[in-house]
Amino acid sequence: MSQREFLRQMPGHTGSTLNPGLASRLHLDAPLLTALLMLMLAGLTVLYSAGGESMELVWRQCLRFGAGLTVMLLVAQIPPRSYRFWAPFVYTGGLLLLVLVLVMGVEAKGAQRWLPIPGLGRFQPAEIMKLGVPAMVAWYFSERTLPPRLMDVVIALLLVGMPAMLIGLQPDLGTAILIAASGLVVLFMAGLSWRLIAIAIILVVTAAPLMYYFVLHDYQRNRVDTFLNPEADPRGAGWNIIQSKTAIGSGGVQGKGWLEGTQSRLDFLPESSTDFILAVLSEEFGLIGICVLLIMYLVIVGRGFFISWQAQETFARLLAASLTMTFFIYVFVNMGMVSGLLPVVGVPLPLVSYGGTSIVTLLASFGMLMSIHTHRRLISY
Amino acid sequence: MRRPLTLKDHHHEQRIFSVRLMVGVILVLLLTLVLFSRMIWLQIIEHNRYTTLSDNNRIQTQAVAPPRGLITDRDGVILAENRPDFSLEVVVEQAGDLEGLLGKLRKLVTLDDDDLDQFEKRRHSARRPWEPVPLRGRLTEEEIARIVVNQYRLPGVRIVADPIRHYTHGILFSHVLGYVNRINAQDLDDMSLDQQRNYAGTHFYGRSGVERFYEDRLHGQVGYRQVETNARGRILRVLDEQPPVPGRDLRLTLSMKVQQAAYDALGDRRGAVVAIDPRDSSVLAFVSRPGFDPNLFVTGISHKDYSAYREDHDKPLFNRALQGRYPPGSTIKPFMGIAGLDAGVTNWQRTIFDPGYYQLEDNPHRYRDWKRWGHGRVDLHKAIVQSCDTYFYDLGFHLGIDRIHQYLSEFSLGQPTGIDLNNESTGILPSKKWKKAARGRPWFHGDTINASIGQGFVLVTPLQLATATAILASHGKQITPTLAAGEVHHTERHDLVLKDADNWQKMTDAMVDVTETLHGTAQNMRNDQYRVAAKSGTAQVFSVGQDETYNEKEIADRLLDHALLIAFAPADDPAIAVGVLVENGRHGGSTAGPVAHQVMDAWLLNDKGELDVPPPLAGAPGADNNGKETP
Repeated sequence: MSQREFLRQMPGHTGSTLNPGLASRLHLDAPLLTALLMLMLAGLTVLYSAGGESMELVWRQCLRFGAGLTVMLLVAQIPPRSYRFWAPFVYTGGLLLLVLVLVMGVEAKGAQRWLPIPGLGRFQPAEIMKLGVPAMVAWYFSERTLPPRLMDVVIALLLVGMPAMLIGLQPDLGTAILIAASGLVVLFMAGLSWRLIAIAIILVVTAAPLMYYFVLHDYQRNRVDTFLNPEADPRGAGWNIIQSKTAIGSGGVQGKGWLEGTQSRLDFLPESSTDFILAVLSEEFGLIGICVLLIMYLVIVGRGFFISWQAQETFARLLAASLTMTFFIYVFVNMGMVSGLLPVVGVPLPLVSYGGTSIVTLLASFGMLMSIHTHRRLISY
Repeated sequence: MRRPLTLKDHHHEQRIFSVRLMVGVILVLLLTLVLFSRMIWLQIIEHNRYTTLSDNNRIQTQAVAPPRGLITDRDGVILAENRPDFSLEVVVEQAGDLEGLLGKLRKLVTLDDDDLDQFEKRRHSARRPWEPVPLRGRLTEEEIARIVVNQYRLPGVRIVADPIRHYTHGILFSHVLGYVNRINAQDLDDMSLDQQRNYAGTHFYGRSGVERFYEDRLHGQVGYRQVETNARGRILRVLDEQPPVPGRDLRLTLSMKVQQAAYDALGDRRGAVVAIDPRDSSVLAFVSRPGFDPNLFVTGISHKDYSAYREDHDKPLFNRALQGRYPPGSTIKPFMGIAGLDAGVTNWQRTIFDPGYYQLEDNPHRYRDWKRWGHGRVDLHKAIVQSCDTYFYDLGFHLGIDRIHQYLSEFSLGQPTGIDLNNESTGILPSKKWKKAARGRPWFHGDTINASIGQGFVLVTPLQLATATAILASHGKQITPTLAAGEVHHTERHDLVLKDADNWQKMTDAMVDVTETLHGTAQNMRNDQYRVAAKSGTAQVFSVGQDETYNEKEIADRLLDHALLIAFAPADDPAIAVGVLVENGRHGGSTAGPVAHQVMDAWLLNDKGELDVPPPLAGAPGADNNGKETP
């Protein structure tokens, strides 16, 4: 019996609805892939409406999905031990690029985030770190005994802190926090003691006001102010959040119908195809649409957690859990921000919002999950 | 790679991880619940509120201004109409570099400081985002062309057409038509709520003249339009529409021909002409000179133009015909004569001797006649024809001021005529009661003597003179001068019925002799086509405003007597009554006479110069009975 056939018969390997043989041969996880494709399809549907029925926008998004899926397919072929081997190098390289971006990066919209690649355009080194940081911290803990000792925690915090700091200096607070979160999730999953977690929470709560006054840039402080009281400047800074809440609220249970959302289609809702696309979905498909979307996300997250639970080594477990959790944090931060629960930080709704390198990074991380799941060995320990 | 130490307890590590993973799953579910609750809050509990907000965003109810009624003369010649006015607007949000844009616009169209000040003010006042801000009105065709050609480099700039009032004959009808200008907060404050609603879409408001008096009729009823707009304020579709009811057109009794003749006849002199058709109370001409260009006021007059009008010593904004108060001088004499006859104080046979002055008993003061050596023996007929002051001193003295007041009131002298215009001046027709109240002093005989020849306290408007003349021409039948055709106005005055109705005809005869006999004071009005009854007047100007500065030549000029004249024609079947005033015109007959003559010609003669009296307006009061009592 070949390894692959044996795997298929393993308990917990819930076959695929598509084509179990093909999916496994390609190192793809059929349930995860199915859920992702459905989410993308839903995303394209909303995008068509949000972009004013522009097929061009949809095609360009499809192109990105295609690129992302290709990368996912490639990433899935690489066995997890290679990731583990390469993690320190990728991390170190990413750190150097982050320093480089501060020195010679291209400025756009008041922040220095881009690194020009001659002949290819430009890219954000922070994207590498979205995968690099959790991989690095997972690598670090896979080399140590768990639960981590205090010294290991300090070193892990440094590994997380350095790139987060560099990204925060660009300044790109949203990405910095999310990357830090992806690293901290590894720390949490590795068994960071509850006492330390409690201390950390107390520290963050007390430090937040100090951060507000001494660390944040003016534009970031404005965002927090706007979050706390959007009505203070309804025509200016508060406009986005008021209009997005109006879009969501006016959608009601059933929504106004596809292509019928007045808030987005009459241009009242800014950023309607990118960060605020959730408002379009809520307006046109109502609470029912939100439920369907949440369920799709929960299926993906659940499958991710299942994969990490099934993983055979510490590195793979920690990495899979972190990537899954980070994915959910993206969802939560975006939905929280659009519905007025959280301040406006530029986080797209994963796989639904139009644009960017984030789609490729995101699908690459799912490629890693699939790789972890499809490269299991018969005997792990 | 693995060191022995790390191999220690995989089961333990997996157990820790599993617990943590469970915590993670619970955390995810909790946070999902938070999001879900938030959505329930927004989409179910607050749903109605946000639906309202969303509708308010996109649906706007726009008031649609009704088109203002047109104003025509009696023959349908358009005097006031609505023309599209092209104005320049800027959507500030689209403009980007506003300073740069204004700089570019400056090179294409003239923008003065007034325009820019207004623009800044409007830009900073409360408005919706993307709402355009008006920058300049009254673009010329050349300017429009220049803007359109350069449109591509003028982001946010657009040209819009709005109907605005246009007075086709400008200055000619300025004092009677008045003008509209932008409605302001004060106007709206003065309105009832219903009216305010009716003016929701209206930009213009009748400010003076006929435009003001007939504002309600000309304005019409506001309409509404529910539109869906996008965030940029662009109208995407009309959801519901209730069209406005246009204002009613207004046909005036004025005759273009007569108005023009009166305007031209006055020339550059300061003065006023009012002509009334006694058969139907129509006002045929209503002129006050100098006038002003009403079109300048419509979209807001510039400081420069306005101060030019304000500082002009000739006061072009002052409506002399309606509000100018002048001593009537000798033009009061026919009315005094009627009063004396009816009160029994005099008759056509009674004579007095005029030595050139009049003296009250036990008073050395001599009231002088204009003719130094006197007119000799004078009866009423001769006193009218030659304008003998002494005869009327005597007549007035015997009538007494209170009877003078009573009779002259019926001629609308010193009384509001009731014309359909606002802010009509009353003038002064003195009485004992009036002097006590106004001046706090008792009435003296000397006051009566002065009043008897239209001097002293007596002040009347040119409109009142014309009205009195029309009443005289229609043998006492009351005339309320009317500008709107088909409109009937009433005043408190009663028809004046004389004890002996023949006295009307005899007075007319005397007035005809003013124009037809050798000694008449207005012989220049005599003509072959029709007979004219007239009375000239020359009023002393006894004061010049102390706070006004004039150069010497001007002082002398403005101290000259005012020239007045009243006339009606044809004498046997009057179809026009005219009151003329020429400020500082010196002699009533020679200065004001030709003016009245030209006005009458314009009405009574056809293009070939033949007598061709136009019929009275159909449906007007008294149109069937031409106002004459059959003797």
